[in-house]
Amino acid sequence: MLGFGILSGLLILPLVGAAFILTLRGDSQAARSNARWAALATTVATFLLSLVAWGRFDTASSSFQLVETHAWLAETIRFKLGVDGFSMPFILLTTFLMPFCILASWDSIETRVKEYFVAFLILETTMIGVFAALDLVLFYLFFEAGLIPMFLIIGIWGGKRRIYASFKFFLYTLLGSVLMLLAIMAMFWAAGTTDIPTLLAYKFPAHLQTWLWLAFFASFAVKMPMWPVHTWLPDAHVEAPTAGSVILAGILLKMGGYGFIRISLPMFPDASVYFAPLVFSLSVIAIVYTSLVALMQEDMKKLIAYSSVAHMGFVTMGLFSMNPQGIQGAMFQMVSHGLVSGALFLCVGVVYDRMHTREIRAYGGLVNRMPLYAVAFLVFTMANVGLPGTSGFVGEFLSLMGAFRANTWVSFLATTGVILSAGYALWLYRRVVYGVLDKPSLQGITDLNRREIITLAPLLLLVIYYGVQPGPILDAFAAPTDTLLKSVEAALTTVKTAAVAAH
Amino acid sequence: MYHAIVFLPLVGFLIAGLFGRMLGPRPSEIVTTALLFIAAVLSWVSFIQVGFGDGATRVQVAHWMSSGDLVVDWAFRIDTLTAMMLVVVNTVSALVHLYSIGYMHEDPHRPRFFAYLSLFTFAMLMLVTADNLVQMFFGWEGVGLASYLLIGFWYQKDSANAAAMKAFIVNRVGDFGFLLGIFTLFVLFNSVSFDQIFPRVAEIANNRFMFLGIEWHAMTIAALLLFMGAMGKSAQFLLHTWLPDAMEGPTPVSALIHAATMVTAGVFMVARLSPVFEYAPAALTVVTVIGGITAFFAATVGLVQNDIKRVIAYSTCSQLGYMFVGLGVGAYGAGVFHLFTHAFFKALLFLGAGSVIHAMHHEQDMRHMGALRRYIPFTTAMMAIGTLALTGFPFTAGYYSKDAIIEAAYASHSTAGSFAFLATVIAAFMTSFYSWRLFFLTFEGRARWGHGGHGAHDHQHAPHDHEGVEHDARSRDVEPASHAQHEHVHDDHGHGHHGAHQPHESPLVMLLPLVVLALGAVIAGVVFHNAFIGEGYQEFWKGAIFTRPENHILEEMHHLPGWVPLLPTVMMILGFVLAVYMYIVDNKQPARLAADHPILYRFLLNKWYFDELYDAIFVRPAMAIGRFFWRTGDQRIIDGLGPDGISARVLDVTRGVVRIQTGYLYHYAFAMLIGVAALVTFYLFRGAH
Repeated sequence: MLGFGILSGLLILPLVGAAFILTLRGDSQAARSNARWAALATTVATFLLSLVAWGRFDTASSSFQLVETHAWLAETIRFKLGVDGFSMPFILLTTFLMPFCILASWDSIETRVKEYFVAFLILETTMIGVFAALDLVLFYLFFEAGLIPMFLIIGIWGGKRRIYASFKFFLYTLLGSVLMLLAIMAMFWAAGTTDIPTLLAYKFPAHLQTWLWLAFFASFAVKMPMWPVHTWLPDAHVEAPTAGSVILAGILLKMGGYGFIRISLPMFPDASVYFAPLVFSLSVIAIVYTSLVALMQEDMKKLIAYSSVAHMGFVTMGLFSMNPQGIQGAMFQMVSHGLVSGALFLCVGVVYDRMHTREIRAYGGLVNRMPLYAVAFLVFTMANVGLPGTSGFVGEFLSLMGAFRANTWVSFLATTGVILSAGYALWLYRRVVYGVLDKPSLQGITDLNRREIITLAPLLLLVIYYGVQPGPILDAFAAPTDTLLKSVEAALTTVKTAAVAAH
Repeated sequence: MYHAIVFLPLVGFLIAGLFGRMLGPRPSEIVTTALLFIAAVLSWVSFIQVGFGDGATRVQVAHWMSSGDLVVDWAFRIDTLTAMMLVVVNTVSALVHLYSIGYMHEDPHRPRFFAYLSLFTFAMLMLVTADNLVQMFFGWEGVGLASYLLIGFWYQKDSANAAAMKAFIVNRVGDFGFLLGIFTLFVLFNSVSFDQIFPRVAEIANNRFMFLGIEWHAMTIAALLLFMGAMGKSAQFLLHTWLPDAMEGPTPVSALIHAATMVTAGVFMVARLSPVFEYAPAALTVVTVIGGITAFFAATVGLVQNDIKRVIAYSTCSQLGYMFVGLGVGAYGAGVFHLFTHAFFKALLFLGAGSVIHAMHHEQDMRHMGALRRYIPFTTAMMAIGTLALTGFPFTAGYYSKDAIIEAAYASHSTAGSFAFLATVIAAFMTSFYSWRLFFLTFEGRARWGHGGHGAHDHQHAPHDHEGVEHDARSRDVEPASHAQHEHVHDDHGHGHHGAHQPHESPLVMLLPLVVLALGAVIAGVVFHNAFIGEGYQEFWKGAIFTRPENHILEEMHHLPGWVPLLPTVMMILGFVLAVYMYIVDNKQPARLAADHPILYRFLLNKWYFDELYDAIFVRPAMAIGRFFWRTGDQRIIDGLGPDGISARVLDVTRGVVRIQTGYLYHYAFAMLIGVAALVTFYLFRGAH
């Protein structure tokens, strides 16, 4: 294949938009407006292109599709792109969320507008790259490169403690990625290639698997983030601008889960089975611990950030339960959480733009002046709580069911998250939205404007639609899950025979 | 037809919810109410078709989700049990819609109110028509959401918001069990569909199941977990605390959700899952005991409450206990029958109480009522009918259903059954007493309203009426804050506060539903007892309720010693006589009694201190642990040892270096990018060659 395929198009399109914005001269009102519109047009075009890719994608097949290969660093390290049922929904999620991020930044970003949108567009390329890469080195490159625009977005357009937050974010994630780099080199030396489809078929020796698994785990666990390496997330969220939070929660966190499903589980099945109890413990701790922490937060964004950590706990738990419900549920939970937490951060952004504070105490009784906002916030809160009929339920339910089949203790403890999430989410809602509007600063607050309605309405409809009809996404995961489970099953049986033999 | 029954309320919700503000309140009211009436009529048609004909069927609506072996559909399972619930839900809901047009006429948020009512009805219908456990859970949580929204309908009132939250969270505790129960059944049967599960229960009934490291009798653990869900929704002992607080919602809501329909969902669930429970005798024993305790406990608390709605709420709680006793001893028909009749007379009592509250300009404290019979005779008559039916006056609805449960408890000949028999008999006495106490305090005696100082809600209680003991804030909540906040509306209608205004009879839209419900409360027992628990049992249920061949409880109920069927009636009369004595003949007696036993009185008044207990052992520790995890766990230990600690050391070292650099974040980032790129390139080429 000499020409560029549709996936390359998805990677290049945002860069073209970024290049165009860079050519805009001056910092006049007109130039800023042009930059905004250019960014919006680019992201919408990218989304449409990804829909075309989705149209060409066959969900029934578990193999890689839309594959394209270009010469790159070496014969064995090539620029190879392709998608399967695991990655396609995430590409769609990325391209879908981007226009909303641009819209959410429309008025709230006032300094260095052009650079801001350039950073976002580059970020989009790297995120799509992570999900489309079929070469480990390429994957690594995109995985790490995504850090830089995000680092800049937090560090430049962030809140008061932005420098602290951005360095914490960078430090944590970089630490993990160094180990991942070492692991990739080790894999290259062992298998002689970094081609992902080849590596998926390659069987690593068991002792090597353990080390490789741990190295990748270090990186993915930070990205997820799993307890106890989660503390960068609340800080990063609090300081990031609204759109940064949306992308952080919506997409960047999913890279960890995607890494588990793309690399850790299929390539190191023995090690995954061996370490599953560790992952279960960390997941359960994450769910209970961070839910309790979320209960006590005084900052809206921090509360949602902690709830994200808890929800990611469901994801890791589901993935490592290694049965169809667990894996599909976890994957669905990631997509759903991308929509829901993204929307929740947008909701916080709405009131932050008006009041410039995220303190829960500064609000109260918003429903009196902002009925539309109250409705949107309620729907997303309920989705966050996992109410059936919203997308949040499907993922939570399936991943808990998967965990229950793997280990009843894990499921039992994790299900307490259902109670705790209701606690912190409804308490937040009560303190912010309900009550009497008696704070003088809130007397003039206005309801959602047209731009905000356009931003939130599609998310709201999707959250409910996928709650009632999760099929389109859930079924995409079915075929690759089957294939994955077949390869893991062998490892599982070995462990089981060993366990039986030990008795 | 079933599509129409279930989805018409949803249509109403969408119209009133999305366009209510455009349409205005009156069209929203008319649309939602009309749709509900259509659904109600269709429900009766289907009830007659299914119950007395041959119309049981399954209606596939759509596919929901599938994953591995798990396949979940949106589908309706229509059998007698469902048809009966459709009748209960849609009839009461239609009447409550109608009633609310009158009751809520001063409220500026009527479209929202009617939208919520319709949403609730839709969710409840999804629950009762569910063809599988997951759809049932959808309805289960959906009614929870609607209940949350309706309890907190007056969102400016802090106590209402707190009550709404509490209702949702306590229910979630139950749902926690329900979820685990669903998982257990799925693991056992590889399906969540009733059609797949029920026929196979017998064959794996004695399987063992490992749960939390303990080997359980499989059906027992599944049934117990599911019952936990039922306890939450039906406000059974230990998970009952939300129900009395839920009275913060508008009164029509209490009638619909917290008396007639939603709270009976737990009873419905156990009846629906009767094949599972039948093969879990240990679980049935738990159901019986919990039911008995609840019936007794709630009745004791109901004895001393002063808020008219709270008395009825505890009565509901207690009656739900009766239903569970019926289910627990294996007389599912009796439990469900009581659900059916209770829906009529309890909705009647609540709506009647609403009429009283309306007449008293939103006064709910019975200590400020009295002598209302002369002012609102029609409401009084309706309340009298409701009270007679609740207490089990011969040939009213309660007489058939409640007495059947008490007899079934006796007939079961088990220890749990004997306990439940004792508890329900005593509770029957207390039911009669507190019901008539409510009636006498409200409608008889001296008028205790309209005297000075009371109008401004400052409650300067005249001590002789107040049973001699101070009350905490909770026992004197007054209904709608919104009315205080919408003074202009008040003034337009000439509703200042209390003062010299006389109580007035409610408008026709409010009285009409009372008449219909009163009719139900009188005749529902006579007409249907044969089908529900009598000769027509088999023909009527047609297997919708499963009983094992060795379950003969309905037969044994006909061979009881002669005193047993009489006992509930005797209890009812005793309760009535005592109430007459204490509240008509010698109305100093209650205060004296309370003063003589202050500890007992406070214990009951404060609902056995459950709220305080839960606050101390769950709520506050959760918050304390959360704060500890956050401040100490995250900030001190993880951050302190991790990033902050490291960066502090790094900063010490690099402080000198930083000085000679430019200090722009850009430059750091750029340097880092180059560094990473260089590192990658270096290693790659080394590796490649």
